[in-house]
Amino acid sequence: MRSLLILHPKDNVAIALSDLCAGQAVEQEGRRLIVLEDIPAGHKVALVDIPPGECVVKYGEEIGRAKALIRQGVHAHVHNILDITEEVVREERRRLGL
Amino acid sequence: MRTFQGYRRDDGRVGVRNHVLVVSTISCANHVATLIAQRGGAISITHDVGCLQFAQDRALTERTLFGVGMSPNVGAVLFVGLGCEQTPTVEMARSITGKPARHLLIQEAGGTKAAIAAGADIVHELTRLTAGQERVACDLGELCVSLKCGGSDFTTAIASNPAVGVAVDLLVEAGGTALLTETPGFPGSEHVLARQARSPEVARRIYQIVDTYRDEIRTRFKRNVHDGNPSPGNIAGGITTLIEKSLGTIKKAGTHAIEGVLTFAEDVHGKKGLWVMDTPGHDVFSVSGPAAGGAHVNLFTTGRGSPLGNAICPVLKICGNPETFRRLQDDMDIDAGSIMLGTASVEEVGREIFEAVVKVASGELTKSELLEHREFAIPRIGSTL
Repeated sequence: MRSLLILHPKDNVAIALSDLCAGQAVEQEGRRLIVLEDIPAGHKVALVDIPPGECVVKYGEEIGRAKALIRQGVHAHVHNILDITEEVVREERRRLGL
Repeated sequence: MRTFQGYRRDDGRVGVRNHVLVVSTISCANHVATLIAQRGGAISITHDVGCLQFAQDRALTERTLFGVGMSPNVGAVLFVGLGCEQTPTVEMARSITGKPARHLLIQEAGGTKAAIAAGADIVHELTRLTAGQERVACDLGELCVSLKCGGSDFTTAIASNPAVGVAVDLLVEAGGTALLTETPGFPGSEHVLARQARSPEVARRIYQIVDTYRDEIRTRFKRNVHDGNPSPGNIAGGITTLIEKSLGTIKKAGTHAIEGVLTFAEDVHGKKGLWVMDTPGHDVFSVSGPAAGGAHVNLFTTGRGSPLGNAICPVLKICGNPETFRRLQDDMDIDAGSIMLGTASVEEVGREIFEAVVKVASGELTKSELLEHREFAIPRIGSTL
């Protein structure tokens, strides 16, 4: 039974399909990940280290920026992800000339 | 070429149901319309609008009322008015094509009792006229589905919506039509929708409807769409940012280009591919708009569970939460919770949904139809006068 759902090959976070415990090892498509913190079902865990200011990618799209280093295996959520929705939407609009 | 068994109407449209429908054209006629339908064994649509409306608000009401009469899922229609309403009841009935259509005015008929008796007779006549109609093989490409999510939880964005996206891709590839609804779900991913648009003009239209929604919230309620969005419930469920929330919503639209943007209840006949229909996020409105535009089946993803159906458009419930599917099993059609449990892939459930659409289109009843859920509602633009 799978523990993680990776929605897109470009993603640097995965979704816990059930509650995961700190210290748990999960296997996903040949990759092995040690979960460093408790992750509730439906929440995100970092698949790789995400440096501060870098994009958090889910569904192959930028969903936010790392507020500080997000280490591989930690819970990625409101405490370490900045919501930059307005900025992204504005930029994209400018790029499309709309 | 894959087919489904549908009802071919005289004007060439094809339907998946053959309802006899009684439509109230003004709230004053609601009670009479309801009783006519009950007495005659038909379906009724009642609402709170039909008078003292202006401009686009009035146009939306009339487009919706006419649209439900024109729906290819409706075999025959009776419009019931009072006699002095703003909605042009008589002209509306006379403009219906492809099926028998009648009108009845309470003031002319002589009041409640007389109108109910006369209306029931008309419904019996309409039932006789539609009874003989048989299903025939129709190209799958003639099907139109509408898409929405309601009672969402953390499974919606990661299981049921992506699975619906797979089903939508399959239908569009077969030549069919899909309508993405619920404009309030777009802020945060309008740039992705715009990128998916067929042309810059379509991209502009997408931004336009999202801006209208944002502006409405700002000017009328002095709020920003980002205020408290994602909500505490979303955050508890794992959604961190508004982009993330909105991306999860639009996943149900699949990967094909967006051909255009339709207004609420706009006629979808002849429109192929993926379209956006500008509807409220409110669950009953967002199914009713496409239904009035002629959508055949609604794909409704849910996580916490919703029992809703629709008066004329079969609603297929796709539940991503295994516990909800079990607890509300009488109301849920497709178990997308298997994705969460790891026993099925998004692809597999997507194909299952696609096959279910074909079965429902060919006559199999959904759970909400079996439970006689017949919700319908018409939204208002602006104040009530």
